[in-house]
Amino acid sequence: METYYNPTDLEKFGEIGKEAPEMAKKFFDYYASVFAEGELTGREKALIALAVAHAVQCPYCIDAYTSSCLEKGSNQAEMTEAIHVACAIRGGASLVHGVQMMNTCRKVSM
Amino acid sequence: MVMKFQKTLSEHQLLLHRGNTSTLQINIGRLCNLACRHCHVDAGPGRPEIMGRKTMSDVIDFARRFRFQVADITGGAPELVPDLDYLMQELRPSVDKLIFRTNLVLLLQDRYAPLLRLCKELQVAITASFPSTNANQADSQRGEGVWQGSIEMLKRLNAIGYGLPGSRLELNLVANPTGAFMPVEQCRAEKKFKTDLARKWGIQFTNLFTFANVPLGRFHRWLEQSGNLTHYMDRLAAGFNPATINGLMCRSLISISWDGFLYDCDFNQAADLPYTGERIHISSVTHLPQETPIVTEDHCYACTAGAGFT
Repeated sequence: METYYNPTDLEKFGEIGKEAPEMAKKFFDYYASVFAEGELTGREKALIALAVAHAVQCPYCIDAYTSSCLEKGSNQAEMTEAIHVACAIRGGASLVHGVQMMNTCRKVSM
Repeated sequence: MVMKFQKTLSEHQLLLHRGNTSTLQINIGRLCNLACRHCHVDAGPGRPEIMGRKTMSDVIDFARRFRFQVADITGGAPELVPDLDYLMQELRPSVDKLIFRTNLVLLLQDRYAPLLRLCKELQVAITASFPSTNANQADSQRGEGVWQGSIEMLKRLNAIGYGLPGSRLELNLVANPTGAFMPVEQCRAEKKFKTDLARKWGIQFTNLFTFANVPLGRFHRWLEQSGNLTHYMDRLAAGFNPATINGLMCRSLISISWDGFLYDCDFNQAADLPYTGERIHISSVTHLPQETPIVTEDHCYACTAGAGFT
């Protein structure tokens, strides 16, 4: 079965720099510095990345950061909670816009 | 297909030779009450390979002749081998440190109370497999209920003085990954395990060691069946770190099998690759020369990936 997403394509990510090498270098250098140990540990950043990957629904990132979380000592229980954080924020973002709905209702209704 | 390990060494202009042999690792059998999925020796219930008392006497004599710093008793489950107490008592005076590797759950049984008293009396360092502070993750590797039993046994070991700050009774944990991925950085894992085990269960221990799973035995079969073998070998080979070579454990450790034959390490024993390529029984050894080439195969990538396996 043909599919748009192929797990082996993740290994080709670096090739994106072929036509715009300077921008690619800046991006990948920035990326590496983002995930380096800092005020947050590499493990904390990997869990955040996993949660964001689910929020933006990137299968490449979900694949990469699941492995990364495991290799930084996390487990399925922690990762599941992280995904729920993403879900709560995404869901909450929709729900809180309901305040706009209520405001509009209030304005035009008797 | 990864490059042959020996070729990788050649391309880096590295030689892997034995140094001063200071550790004697004794695999006293492949019989075990568990059948852990990461096991490289395929240990499990019903395995007939158990070290007999005669071979134990040969081991004791070998240790007395060559004066190792450390003796490390492993298996299988050493507790299931008769005369383990004899081996420990006779080995102890010949070495500075005696290590006993356990899966913890067998020790819960009352019949092992004398063994625990002996360990305490001889100041034996206990090294226990403990892959995760999460029950599901640990049991996926070691079997249902093993994690809970391990927690209970760790508490009992603390109660008799093992693993407490300032104690001479070392309690070390070994965390292997619960799948086809690389181990956690050791110092970070130790810090997290110490925090979690103390806070959640009041458990303390001395050191944590993290090791990569070696693609042999039951783990190799699991890698094949789960479709992870190629990717896992690629990860190991890609992580080859030349700086690990000098500190590899095979340079300072000699391994004895349940029937008394020599190997450069327990992994080579599992792969049936004898020391120097010949089957040599310990009773016939008159000296352990330095600079003998270590026998290698592609499973050696597990010890040279990343920070290495020392």
